[in-house]
Amino acid sequence: MSLHTLSLAQLGAGLRAGEFSSVELTRTLLARIEAHQPQLNALISVTGPTAMQAAAVADGVLANGGGGALTGIPMVHKDIFCTDGVRTTCASRMLDNFVAPYDATVVAKLKAEGMVMLGKANMDEFAMGSSNETSYFGPVRNPWNPQLVPGGSSGGSAAVVAARLVPFATATDTGGSIRQPAALCGITGFKPTYGRVSRYGMIAFASSLDQAGTLTASAADAALVLRAMAGFDPRDSTSVDRPVPDYVAGLEQPLAGLKIGLLKEFFEKGLDPANERCVREALAVYEKLGAQLVEVSVPNLALSVPAYYVVAPAECSSNLARFDGVRFGHRAKEPKDLLDLYKRSRGEGFGPEVKRRIMTGTYVLSAGYYDAFYIKAQKVRRLIANEFDQAFAQVDVVMGPTTPTVAFALGAKTADPVTMYLNDIYTIGANLAGLPAMSLPCGFVQDLPVGLQIIGPHFAEERLLSAAHAYQRETDWHTRVPRGYE
Amino acid sequence: MKAEQIASIAHLARLSMDEAEIPRYQESLTSILSFVGDLERAQTEGVSPMAHPLPGLVQRLRPDVATESDAHERYQANAPQVAASLYLVPKVIE
Repeated sequence: MSLHTLSLAQLGAGLRAGEFSSVELTRTLLARIEAHQPQLNALISVTGPTAMQAAAVADGVLANGGGGALTGIPMVHKDIFCTDGVRTTCASRMLDNFVAPYDATVVAKLKAEGMVMLGKANMDEFAMGSSNETSYFGPVRNPWNPQLVPGGSSGGSAAVVAARLVPFATATDTGGSIRQPAALCGITGFKPTYGRVSRYGMIAFASSLDQAGTLTASAADAALVLRAMAGFDPRDSTSVDRPVPDYVAGLEQPLAGLKIGLLKEFFEKGLDPANERCVREALAVYEKLGAQLVEVSVPNLALSVPAYYVVAPAECSSNLARFDGVRFGHRAKEPKDLLDLYKRSRGEGFGPEVKRRIMTGTYVLSAGYYDAFYIKAQKVRRLIANEFDQAFAQVDVVMGPTTPTVAFALGAKTADPVTMYLNDIYTIGANLAGLPAMSLPCGFVQDLPVGLQIIGPHFAEERLLSAAHAYQRETDWHTRVPRGYE
Repeated sequence: MKAEQIASIAHLARLSMDEAEIPRYQESLTSILSFVGDLERAQTEGVSPMAHPLPGLVQRLRPDVATESDAHERYQANAPQVAASLYLVPKVIE
């Protein structure tokens, strides 16, 4: 039996039926990590010994007839989530030696379900990047082709799931960091509504945009883990106090009559015609299933990237002010005085992209520029959110491409930051408006996966997951595994 | 962006930056600011700035009571320099 290609539901059923143990499963996947990590560089830490202990505990629970749907199933956390007693770096030199003193709420919840953490995934430094090339620990390679990027910032999480090293990895999405790597790696990425999943213990980048989510092979797998991750958390002041539906039970909702909005601006210049073909074919599948396609528009969508690159850096410059070389994190050697301590600790601890964003944020928040840049961007954010609202008055979900192209070569977009930023043109809108959104595989261009994006109104997680599930029952793109990882 | 502006922003952001690094940030920040300058063309009269993405929700406050127990040893294990439970920094007052 190939344990590494089973779905989460199959793994859970196999564990509960005693067909295999969590220890066997964990050992199998740790061996796969050991074999493929040198090529992929997808993990910053591998926690083998504690994983084996957790697996043994899970087996004990299962042997006594206890445990739930996820007990004993291995997974990986993006290295942005604090894990009690385990090194948590955010892929930065700044936190190279940081051992988190507590668990993030997401980590605690999945631990309580009996999931077994195998390690911490590589990512762009402080989640700032779209190609996983800004990591202090080096770039992650795309399992479909090692010369290409896996996308970012959750590039390590996407690569470990695409390579079937684990069935599930946590991820975060501030401007597309779950959906874009999901698209470039051929897997399913889910970003819930802002506030649906707790941000407590998730190292902050841009607090009005950050949201935790999932990377899995399928929408059915996403529903299983999202059900365990979502919910109100008094420790996160932006967490939403609202009951969590049973996303798994909701998967089989009928699709017929679903009104799908085709966002006009998603299909304008910039979209690779080959990618467009795959997306249109996916839409044809939805039509065949009884959905209705309607054209809608978010006229200011083109301004979402500029608005984001004011709001996100502004919030980042404020959030990252906490790294001062005093209480935790990197400290420069032999500081002359306190100012020198701050400046050199931060100058040495942060990489170039993080510094660029801190400086952009500092500039747009500074006296004389605050109104012209920051307030203006917040107004444009409102315009875009209103336009999405108007679109959702006409349709149930919006669909389109996740990215303009398939995965690009390492180094191809590092020279000019704006070229890299434009890669998130289709994903950023959902973050600005706080909407749930996902990417699922919908075909291949030159042997590289293409993502279909689905965006819904606030708290329409069930609708998105069931729409994606209906498509995945009709197609098998989500079951494709890159060569060498079968 | 002029080189002096970059140096001044770096200072405000408490980032050390040597002369040789400045041109690199000068070029990229110029490019970023010209790109976000596009926002100018948006019609935003009468539009209120949006800080929270969910309508009608504001930041929740909690009662001002202590809920955490003292775990300073655990937290200070990550500190670069600690003595007698105090964080050490270079001399601030002469």
